[in-house]
Amino acid sequence: MRLLLGSLFALIVAAVVGLGATYLALSRGAAFGPLTIGIWTAWPKTGTIEADPYAHASIARAGRLPTALGDGVAFTASADDNGRLLDGRCDVVLAGVTPAARFWTLTLYSPGGELVANSINRFGFTSQEIVRRADGSFEIVVAPRANPGNWLPTGGIERYVLILRLYDTAVGVSTKAGREVPMPIVTVRSCP
Amino acid sequence: MIRWLLLALGGAVLGGIVHLATIIILPRTATQDAYSRLARSAAINSVTELPAPAPDAAPMPFMDPAFASAVCRYDLTQGPLKLSVPVSLAYTSVSFYTRYDVAYYAINDRAAGRRVIELELMTVDQHNQMPEDEDITAADRLIVESPTVTGLIAIRALAPEAGLMPVAQRAVAAAKCVRAE
Repeated sequence: MRLLLGSLFALIVAAVVGLGATYLALSRGAAFGPLTIGIWTAWPKTGTIEADPYAHASIARAGRLPTALGDGVAFTASADDNGRLLDGRCDVVLAGVTPAARFWTLTLYSPGGELVANSINRFGFTSQEIVRRADGSFEIVVAPRANPGNWLPTGGIERYVLILRLYDTAVGVSTKAGREVPMPIVTVRSCP
Repeated sequence: MIRWLLLALGGAVLGGIVHLATIIILPRTATQDAYSRLARSAAINSVTELPAPAPDAAPMPFMDPAFASAVCRYDLTQGPLKLSVPVSLAYTSVSFYTRYDVAYYAINDRAAGRRVIELELMTVDQHNQMPEDEDITAADRLIVESPTVTGLIAIRALAPEAGLMPVAQRAVAAAKCVRAE
């Protein structure tokens, strides 16, 4: 009886630890070799044949096709510069410059990867659509209500992620273009 | 007390094995991965245009809405494949994925350096069986080796402004993916 109880206990511990660790790893999209610049994180290796088993598993679970490294590199931000998760009810400002790339796009998704419905059917910006200042820097307001300038609507959802994709770029490919490249900063301007 | 601690430790070690096993097995058993999703609508060895992602329906999560895209789901058992993609006005890229959605090769319009991106896709075995001289005479042929017999080719063209989406869609629609003779 004691033996039975004991092995049952060990098996339950194994199931909880094993499946719990798998669930955590996949829900965080963990993989080896992240490239983190400020709040932005990319996994350049995930877009290559050398992707590790964690990358394979999270790609399969999400049902997406990763951005191939020869195509570009995708940076994800889910929190602002103070580490607070991005909230669609707040006015968030994304400002600065982007690393050298032929084109880039910035897109807002729900955490599950769906686009967010809004009144003006704007889901993101491309590098050519953006209104810039004279020095080439730009400011995008990510907010639930209309704003002048570059307005990216959140649809008022509670949580969202921003993905900045750089196309035809050296970032993530060459070792020189590493952590010192400039990325836009994300700050909360006001929160209801 | 020590007995239970030992059992918990043993369970945790076993849990580590369970964790690694599930991570490795998961891609092989996934039924909602990108390839399986697209397999329902995309015919084999032909180009299928994908509808633009919308908030209520998208072929895959995390698609870039600024792009017009199409896929060619390939099967190389019958022989190599020829792919040609006309270059759109802004940015055009072709990415190759294995059956398990691993990107193994990508090329864009600038790297191709022509008006049309032309490629031949074959397995490693098929490449090895190619006659030597043929390889030399066609020095400018771009040959891509697929690690798996089946897989996906994603063809994408950027619309730098929303109004240019029809142009990008036309370029993607003109792409061809056929068996090589």
